[in-house]
Amino acid sequence: MMVDRIYEKDVAITGIGQSEVRRPSDKSAMQLTIDACLEAIADAGLTRDDIDGISCWPGDNNNGDSFSPVGPNALIGTLGLKVNWYGGGYEGPGPLAGVINGAMAIAAGLCRHVLVFRTITEATRRQTDKGASALTNKTVGRDSSASWQWYTPFNVLSGVNLMAMYAQRHFHEYGTTSEQLAQIALTCRANAALNPKAIYRTPLTMDDYMASRMISTPLRMLDCDVHCDASTAIILSRTDAARDLPNPPVRIEAIGAALHQPWSWDQIDLTAMATRDAADMMWSRTDVKPSEVGTAQLYDGFSILTMMWIEALRLCPRGESGRFVEGGRRIALDGTLPVNTNGGQLSGGRTHGLGYVHEACTQLWQRGGARQVAPHQVSVVASGGGPLAGSLLLVRD
Amino acid sequence: MTRKLPALTADNRAFWQGGATGQLQMHHCAACARFFQPPSPICPRCLSQEVGPRAVSGRGKVVTYTVNHQPWRPDLKEPFVIAIVELAEQKGLQFVTDIVGIDPDQVTIGMPVRVRFEHVEDVWIPLFERAA
Repeated sequence: MMVDRIYEKDVAITGIGQSEVRRPSDKSAMQLTIDACLEAIADAGLTRDDIDGISCWPGDNNNGDSFSPVGPNALIGTLGLKVNWYGGGYEGPGPLAGVINGAMAIAAGLCRHVLVFRTITEATRRQTDKGASALTNKTVGRDSSASWQWYTPFNVLSGVNLMAMYAQRHFHEYGTTSEQLAQIALTCRANAALNPKAIYRTPLTMDDYMASRMISTPLRMLDCDVHCDASTAIILSRTDAARDLPNPPVRIEAIGAALHQPWSWDQIDLTAMATRDAADMMWSRTDVKPSEVGTAQLYDGFSILTMMWIEALRLCPRGESGRFVEGGRRIALDGTLPVNTNGGQLSGGRTHGLGYVHEACTQLWQRGGARQVAPHQVSVVASGGGPLAGSLLLVRD
Repeated sequence: MTRKLPALTADNRAFWQGGATGQLQMHHCAACARFFQPPSPICPRCLSQEVGPRAVSGRGKVVTYTVNHQPWRPDLKEPFVIAIVELAEQKGLQFVTDIVGIDPDQVTIGMPVRVRFEHVEDVWIPLFERAA
């Protein structure tokens, strides 16, 4: 791709916030959202009146559905915002799309300070309806979805069945094993033990993992993330407006948002999905090298996705993520590539996308407490599975 | 097992109803002389609109699969096998389906399969069983 200027470099993260992360929370979705947003605005050293843009993925996904019950429309009025730009919506490069869209709004000169948030209340929803997020519930009556109709008639009721097929193919092509895959879950749990907000903090052993109930071969219960109620928020600022703020700006060095394949779950590369498209774009927009990455906050809605992101981001060669994570030393907090330092979604809670950005900044600003890794300047954040894929390279100068 | 049925359109009708005559119908582009999936009014490769359903052999192989153990709904009978099958006609011509009529433990990647339709209302769902 020929570009004369990489516009996202004009954008920085200046503040972060997060509500309680509970399973479930007693608070309303809007209360959780406000808790996260006010914390982020204050953390950035700003006030409500400074916010002139608001962004979310996927926004109010389906009239208050627990997957994303609060969107920009509701929050603008609730917080009394006067925005020059706002946006949400599912169709974008995965859970980081809110950040990517917000950064583009700033780079385009529409806004100076954009509030990006993501609220999820799946823990509460599942108390009354365990099948709430079944793919068959996305449509009423017959499946009229251009995408899901190709899966639901075959009783693919959850994304886990699709991810399991990617995992099985990865095992077949590259010799990846369950013991290797387990290291994602074990590493996340070890990190979560040092994160007071994490959902699951009790120690986990390889035996626990292997004894974990099989959901869809080869993926076990412990390969699936844990539902929670939470909201996460970050503030994006134009770099010239970020300089005088209290936190050292965390610049968006490069964005990966590419999709060079169909938006499909079975017409794509089964052992890389869209991760490689996004990652290749990201690295093409920077001189920073994979070897400079201090922490990697990589989507773990299902453990196999973390493995594929490690490969796509060139943190190890293609097909070698199993051997790369084997034993867990490399990806531990004191390893060469600390991964999901807050416990990820597997143990920390399914904050769904924005939690990884929050943790990357936490580490770059050395606020990690017991889970803080060595000082570093670069973090990579990536989110999504199947055709959904987006990544961010974050740099603290 | 009950199944959610697709809403039929002019584009997808041949795929979901081909089984009425015992044939799996896949969309084919006359200009490329290639099949594509899912069916649509235009070839995603060359943008020719000279496209339409064409019967295929119904034979293929398992590209990947998973044995579902999770009891998502009371009317499902676990374990059952979901797979991606690649058809014999063309590399990469593949879609998600179920493998039936076999002990789930016997399914392997590369296993040859042939189509078998499950008729529900006005839909013939293309499932696959092990081929000799």
